[in-house]
Amino acid sequence: MFVNRKAPHGTIYALEALEVVLISAAFDQDVSLAFLDDGVLQLRQGQNANAIEMKNFAPTYRALEGYDIEKLYVERESLEERGMSSDDLVVPVEVVDRNRMSELMQGQDVIMSF
Amino acid sequence: MLHTVNKSPLQTRDLDSCLAHLGDGRLLLIEDGVYAALAAAPSASQLADAAAAGRVYALGPDMEARGLAADHLAANIQVVDYQGVVQLVIDHGPHQAWV
Amino acid sequence: MQFAILVNEAPYQHQASDSAYHFAKAALEMGHSVPRVFFYMDGVHNANRLQEPQQDDRNIVRRWSQLAEEHDVDLVVCVAAALRRGIKDEILAPGFRISGLGQLVEVGIQADRLVTFGD
Repeated sequence: MFVNRKAPHGTIYALEALEVVLISAAFDQDVSLAFLDDGVLQLRQGQNANAIEMKNFAPTYRALEGYDIEKLYVERESLEERGMSSDDLVVPVEVVDRNRMSELMQGQDVIMSF
Repeated sequence: MLHTVNKSPLQTRDLDSCLAHLGDGRLLLIEDGVYAALAAAPSASQLADAAAAGRVYALGPDMEARGLAADHLAANIQVVDYQGVVQLVIDHGPHQAWV
Repeated sequence: MQFAILVNEAPYQHQASDSAYHFAKAALEMGHSVPRVFFYMDGVHNANRLQEPQQDDRNIVRRWSQLAEEHDVDLVVCVAAALRRGIKDEILAPGFRISGLGQLVEVGIQADRLVTFGD
């Protein structure tokens, strides 16, 4: 599982986490992505980083399905704390509550956190 | 699961988020995270239940580096050295870093 | 037991690479193995042999090289992160090599545990 807890653009973590996710697709593993805390902001619609000359990588989350990476979990409480709902995201996800997210983490063999 | 927090709880919310997902996992405080173990910190009460259950640890070398002695710690927090950390990863892995 | 280690921060600015080193050393002293340490993002600066810390400070880069030599630890630097930061083959410290992110994913799967050190 890849755990994403940081907002995009301010630091490189979100972008680099996505790079590892894409590589992991080649390893035939049961990959899942968790978005919580500021990590949910990575999926926010309407991002445009042209004026700061940085990469617009949000659309790449939509391409994950093509790599058979379909388990995207987003924490409900984290969305609500930021005034967001699943309608504000660039890609369809499974919204889960905090307890469910905790259970999902506990079921993993390997966790990479960014 | 073994969770690590490496930030002061007075600086970021990583500890709060970790505790909200801790379940029956273990928490290890390292680097600036050891400040969360201070009896005087607001975090002490948040940690109390997990600590009483013997599930909270702090890295001794990082405490010493920051002038934190064992008697500054909140109750029931266990101090470990690096080999103790390795053992925690073995006994309670996988590792989730709340970085 | 086999421990894979991921280091995401540069040396000296952040304690992450120190913590990773002390963890690796302790694991090896206990008779475990550390097949690979993967350096990602600013962590790639750990591989730069041109660094000259002051005499009274620890030499983080040399410490990694010694660990690699004494315990056969594979020190892998992410190629994209490295080239972006000017870390190239000609300035790599002994024991380090540049390769792809697949090396991180692979060791994460193969090792018993993956331990992450970052900001």
